[in-house]
Amino acid sequence: MKPEHLQFFIDPNRCIGCQACVQACTECDTHRGVSMIHLEYIERSSSVQTVPIVCMHCEQPTCAEVCPADAIKRTADGVVQSARKPRCIACGNCVKACPFGVPEVYEDRQIMMKCDMCYDRSSVGKKPMCTTVCPSQALFFGTREQIAQLRPMSMPTNQFQFGNQTITTKVSIMIPRHGAISPLVNILDAMDERPTARSVSLPVIAGATDDPFAEVKV
Amino acid sequence: MATLPVDEYKIIQEFGPHKSVMSGIRLSTSVEPEKLVKTHCCFCGQQCGIQLKVRDNEVIGFEPWEEFPFNRGMLCPKGVKRYLQGSHPDRLLTAIRRDPNASGGFSPMPYTDAINRVASEIDRIQKKYGNGAVAVLSGASLTTEKTYLMGKFARVCLKTPHIDYNGRLCMVSAGAANKKAFGIDRTTNPWSDMVGTEVIWVAGSNVAECSPITTNYIWQAREMGAKVIVQDPRITPIARTCDLFLPVKPGRDAALFAGVLQLMIENDWLDDDFIREHTAGFEQVAEYCKQWTPQHTAEVTGVPERSLRQAAEWWGQAKSSFLFHARGIEHHSNGVQNALGTINLVLASGRLGKPKSGYGTITGQANGQGGREHGQKCDQLPGLRDISNPEHRRYIASVWNVDEKEIPGPGVDAYELFRKIDRGEIKALLSLCFNPKVSLPDNAFITRALEKLEFYTAIDFFLNDTARHADIVLPGSLQEEDEGVVAQVEGRVIKINKAVDCPGEARQDWVIIQDIARALGRTHGMTFNSPGEIFEELRVASKGGIADYSGITYKKIEQQFGVFWPCPSHDYKTGQPVPDHPGTPRLFEPGSYNPIAKGAGPFYFADGKARFNVADYRAPVDDISEEYPIFLTTGRVVSQFLSGTQTRRIGPLVDQYPEPRIEIHPRLAEKLGIKDNEWTTAETRRGTITLRAMVVTTIRPDTIFIPYHWGGKKSPNQLTVAAQDPISKIPQYKVCGCRVRVADGPPEYDGKLEPQQ
Repeated sequence: MKPEHLQFFIDPNRCIGCQACVQACTECDTHRGVSMIHLEYIERSSSVQTVPIVCMHCEQPTCAEVCPADAIKRTADGVVQSARKPRCIACGNCVKACPFGVPEVYEDRQIMMKCDMCYDRSSVGKKPMCTTVCPSQALFFGTREQIAQLRPMSMPTNQFQFGNQTITTKVSIMIPRHGAISPLVNILDAMDERPTARSVSLPVIAGATDDPFAEVKV
Repeated sequence: MATLPVDEYKIIQEFGPHKSVMSGIRLSTSVEPEKLVKTHCCFCGQQCGIQLKVRDNEVIGFEPWEEFPFNRGMLCPKGVKRYLQGSHPDRLLTAIRRDPNASGGFSPMPYTDAINRVASEIDRIQKKYGNGAVAVLSGASLTTEKTYLMGKFARVCLKTPHIDYNGRLCMVSAGAANKKAFGIDRTTNPWSDMVGTEVIWVAGSNVAECSPITTNYIWQAREMGAKVIVQDPRITPIARTCDLFLPVKPGRDAALFAGVLQLMIENDWLDDDFIREHTAGFEQVAEYCKQWTPQHTAEVTGVPERSLRQAAEWWGQAKSSFLFHARGIEHHSNGVQNALGTINLVLASGRLGKPKSGYGTITGQANGQGGREHGQKCDQLPGLRDISNPEHRRYIASVWNVDEKEIPGPGVDAYELFRKIDRGEIKALLSLCFNPKVSLPDNAFITRALEKLEFYTAIDFFLNDTARHADIVLPGSLQEEDEGVVAQVEGRVIKINKAVDCPGEARQDWVIIQDIARALGRTHGMTFNSPGEIFEELRVASKGGIADYSGITYKKIEQQFGVFWPCPSHDYKTGQPVPDHPGTPRLFEPGSYNPIAKGAGPFYFADGKARFNVADYRAPVDDISEEYPIFLTTGRVVSQFLSGTQTRRIGPLVDQYPEPRIEIHPRLAEKLGIKDNEWTTAETRRGTITLRAMVVTTIRPDTIFIPYHWGGKKSPNQLTVAAQDPISKIPQYKVCGCRVRVADGPPEYDGKLEPQQ
């Protein structure tokens, strides 16, 4: 049982793209050699911004809801587990349905595997491997009091809107409070004598102009 | 005869670099380790604490070591995957000798025969050409015990002045500036002091990729209100969200510091009391800065005036601050002046020797600090002593039990040493922990010089790129196969602990060195039975020196999670033993006593005052020109380390960033007709390189960047210039003029080499 007071927080603003989380994930004892998480560049040609993608552990996991084999279970303490071996038919419904892009089907073993918040570690009071090694602490595991004290510039949120779907998650994302510095994207903005806006909008999905999520402000 | 024995492709085929992958017991989810060994990472100067999982004399994985206070379990990808350098298919398990008839150019030979051959060649060459015809190159990734032994081996056993080390490419600009300004060469504060400071200035350091753990300290300081200023020609991950970014043109740093200081002087943002009471030389510096008006500074540096004013305002008015610099400002023919420029800003602010205010250089290698303290530098004796100082020589001679006259005088820096080889003055070379064919600038010259050696022996655990030229390669030890201390970035002396035994006929490096001494019949002072014995002598040798380790013991290091030097065994004032001396986490505190100032003040000069030095801006050697109009700068990526001897053999790290690419801004790329991922050629007066382009808006449009971890035709050091700082002798890696064009086609190696080769 994972101690309830210890929670998982992600702060993409701190991420430096080093991949320590991904590399450490492959060292976890239950799935050595395979990472259950990944790290994305938003758009390397325009920014060094990266985002670590771990399972958000939804209260009502879409992956489990769409699973035709009822293979994805959520533990009593709210951790969504990898698919169960005898049940999973590797259909990939969960992969398509997850709004965060987390689950993956491993063709060689015909099963969906995903981040389980290092259940073998977190259930015995240890921190998940990625949060332990993360050198920027973009991935943080601790109490809400700790995060409030250590991160006054941002606040955690665990509610996300995807179209008409509202998702509440176990894992929180740190959102900068008002007045936070906007990131520097093109070096030309820092070279010009007259200050210019630092932020730009980046197309996330090329060509998908009718997609309401195609533009994000970074 | 140090030419390549066979075609280099054949050597690579047999000796690598090949990638190691997780396999066998290292993939098992059910095998438990026999033991966890608390030690530190083998790579950078942060020296993160880590626990190695060991089973059957093999490191099979890691477990975070959350109690170690510096990194509290945090690691970068290199630390996570470091263990895959053990049990590696490329590992040298025997001595090998040059053999043009062998398929890979080398044949195994018995260890004792190899040692005897090395000794007889050294003896022959010294008898024929003199003792100074034999040179030693050493390194700052070694434990301090080994660096101490290497210095002693060169001076006492080989009686040659010619020893230098790869910190010459790393820490010497900072070291020289620190000594000129403070009289001591160490970062002033522990990193924990950073949290709570008002302003952090990062000058020329890609913190996120080169010293990742420092990121969390900087981010945490910012959470507590610190403003972060980053000075770099590239928007590195630490710069992306900084409060003020100074996009400096490569090689213009001293001008930038002078310009900011001038603004501080004009606005009277100075700590006059501190300058008066604790420093000397401010007037000359102020006089020099007058020419650096904001407009002139902006023109020279490429940093807009508004940003210079903002930097001066924040830095000038802060109540507490930290300034860090690294190779970005140090790797210059003006490197010492650049570092002195930062120190002038710090001294003018008076923010030093206080809990939330400090200054430091971020070390590169594991023992970037300790490796520059105890005598493997060409002009140095243990304890940060000077080989030209008669008193220092007498003391060390007494510790070594030799006549002071027998200790050779100063030698030459690592690059000059190759010029001496080229001129035929040095005929034999022994190298350990140094891969100059990849790491030195203008490396075609290095290759040419190597080929002129009559005899070359390298000690290494893998056949590194330079060792391919060796007559004999002796099988050395990995970091986890030995014990000893290193001093990490904060000046904290920590202990590397042994996890496994050397495989096959590989030996610990200090054993190999002493075996050579024995075979030479010159065993005086070279009969240590353990690193612990070497450390005990090092404590005595460092006693009373500035880098005083006399009060440090292995036990104290373990009990305190490291000991910050200076840590004397006897109180400097009373001479009474102080066995419980805890070390000195923070330097220059008000009222602190040191053996040089003897109470006159906190700094390490007779008057106890710090020194302002005029930090003169000089344009780089081989600056941009009509013919070569673009700046070339070089540096690191997070998943690789130095010349890649280790990290280019660790599969998951290779996969993360397989091959070097040329970073180029879209504005420049468009002008030159270069597209992302396209083969692109960069040329300087020294050489040519063809790599794929990486078109990004995060680099100045007048600059290209190439990471330096690869050898052969993928090495940007084919292009860099061998210009050196006149004081520190550091090479100017960070800038030279180049031109760039679409490549005529793929490079010759395309399809023949794996990415890491």
